[in-house]
Amino acid sequence: MIETVIETLLEPFGYAFFVKGVVVATLAGALCGLVGVYVVLRGMSYIGHGLSHAIFGGFAASSVIGLNYVLGAGIWGFASALAINRVSRAHRIGADAAIGVITTASFALGVALLTVFGNRGPSFDAALFGSIIGISTADVWTLVAVSALTVAVVLTRYRALLFATFDPEVADVSGVRVARTDALLMLVLSLAILATLSIIGVTLVAATLVIPAVVARMLTHRFATMLCLSSAIGALCGLVGMNLSYHLDVPSGTTIVLTGATVFALVLMATGGRGLQRAPRAAVL
Amino acid sequence: MGTVNEPLVRLDSVELSYDGAPVLAGVDLTLRAGDFVGVVGPSGAGKTTLLRLALGTLCPTAGRIERARGLRVGYVPQLETVSWSFPVTVAECVLMVRSDRWLPWATRAERRAVTEVLDRLGIAHLADRHIRELSGGQQQRMFLARALLRDPQLLLLDEPTSGVDVATRHEMLHLLGHLHDDGMTILLTTHDLNGVAAHVPDLVAMNGTVLRRGAPADVMTPTVLEQTFGAPMDVLEHLGMPVVLDRKRHPRRPVVEAP
Ligand SMILES: Nc1ncnc2c1ncn2[C@@H]1O[C@H](COP(=O)(O)OP(=O)(O)OP(=O)(O)O)[C@@H](O)[C@H]1O
Ligand SMILES: [Mg+2]
Repeated sequence: MIETVIETLLEPFGYAFFVKGVVVATLAGALCGLVGVYVVLRGMSYIGHGLSHAIFGGFAASSVIGLNYVLGAGIWGFASALAINRVSRAHRIGADAAIGVITTASFALGVALLTVFGNRGPSFDAALFGSIIGISTADVWTLVAVSALTVAVVLTRYRALLFATFDPEVADVSGVRVARTDALLMLVLSLAILATLSIIGVTLVAATLVIPAVVARMLTHRFATMLCLSSAIGALCGLVGMNLSYHLDVPSGTTIVLTGATVFALVLMATGGRGLQRAPRAAVL
Repeated sequence: MGTVNEPLVRLDSVELSYDGAPVLAGVDLTLRAGDFVGVVGPSGAGKTTLLRLALGTLCPTAGRIERARGLRVGYVPQLETVSWSFPVTVAECVLMVRSDRWLPWATRAERRAVTEVLDRLGIAHLADRHIRELSGGQQQRMFLARALLRDPQLLLLDEPTSGVDVATRHEMLHLLGHLHDDGMTILLTTHDLNGVAAHVPDLVAMNGTVLRRGAPADVMTPTVLEQTFGAPMDVLEHLGMPVVLDRKRHPRRPVVEAP
């Protein structure tokens, strides 16, 4: 009995595409978990959500013109991220509405372009909810490169990022170049979304950014610990979710997010939601 | 830099409006090295705004602000503006001010500096606590520690004595007095009139503009205070220091409250 269970669990590891999928999903989960800490603490969950939709537009547009999608969608995404960051830091009423309009318009444009011109890449379902079938070797290397860059940024700009997230005004007068730090974070965020989009899917990326960080927040009140925990939880969700995806034959993004949601519920019950007060600034999803 | 009397920050007929009518107008104020200034005024008088102008996070809509070149400023924010649910410990919070280091972990020298400054302010034993698990007075000292870790030439504090009991307020003002004795230039805002009257040698009364600047005995007068706060106040003298009595709470003088 137990043997058959283990056999069933190990069976997919015989396929190279699945092994690649598991590795990629685990790494993608860790990456989103790491970046997600800043997203959650800055109250930018909604921005992550919007950004993934905006990037989808750039993705579709570059696929139609035949441009390298990493380049096309990357530039598109970074530009939207900077615009969104500026709008949200200006504290104007209607910032969230402006973000909603910009990003959903970009998303709609992407859908329209792909419908009219046909898409050469993965299917709609794959783009929206994630898939492991369409993952190319180039996707894997993009993800590895983005993860390495993200870790490097978080390590080398650790205190500046922390200070600018905790208290931008005091950071600014204490020698932190807040605008530059914010831009760097936006760059990393859009690259992370771009690199994980095909695995997790446009509609679900925001959840993989938010869930691990929120769970980690309930487990610690130390920033350094939260970064590590959130990455680990993200990786775990990617790993488990990808296996579930195979066995249940459901898009990978869905199972990754549902795994995260389960972990969230368990930790919430265990801790009573310690540390889960409303995010300090800006809009929350 | 650092010689006494050298101007560190100079505001020259500064005006500032956020979106509509000016919040501050015609503000002239010079901070010199070695000053120890307390700013008093009612809520909404523009005290925080004045600090932001001096810091340079706000630009005046009219007038000029000059700051000494390369001036290192330590800023202690009003506690109400801090996001207390943010996951940082006291040590992490204090250390973030050393942001020019390119790696997360503290060097041995940094760890020593943190312990030293926390120790000096009497909160070294709280280094690993979450920032919300501190009392108001301890939180204020934590932000003072963070500001000091930058080795500033000018220290700006926004209401470092709010929301704590009398003894803690005095302790904080004492501490600032010692820092001033060691050569620090300090500007603070406060609602604690009697505290600053007793501890701070140089006061500014403001409400939309600077109404008076001088020694406590010159600023804490019924005329200046009524002009500043828009309500009559009595001033007594106790041990050579002015003591302000809010007339509403004055036992012998019943007032008719506005409906
Ligand atoms: N960001 C802002 N946007 C618009 N108006 C503002 C802003 N900040 C402050 N104000 C207004 O400017 C005026 C002065 O505010 P400020 O915070 O400087 O007062 P304060 O003297 O520090 O008050 P308190 O003692 O309550 O801290 C107030 O009327 C306030 O409503
Ligand atoms: Mg204020």
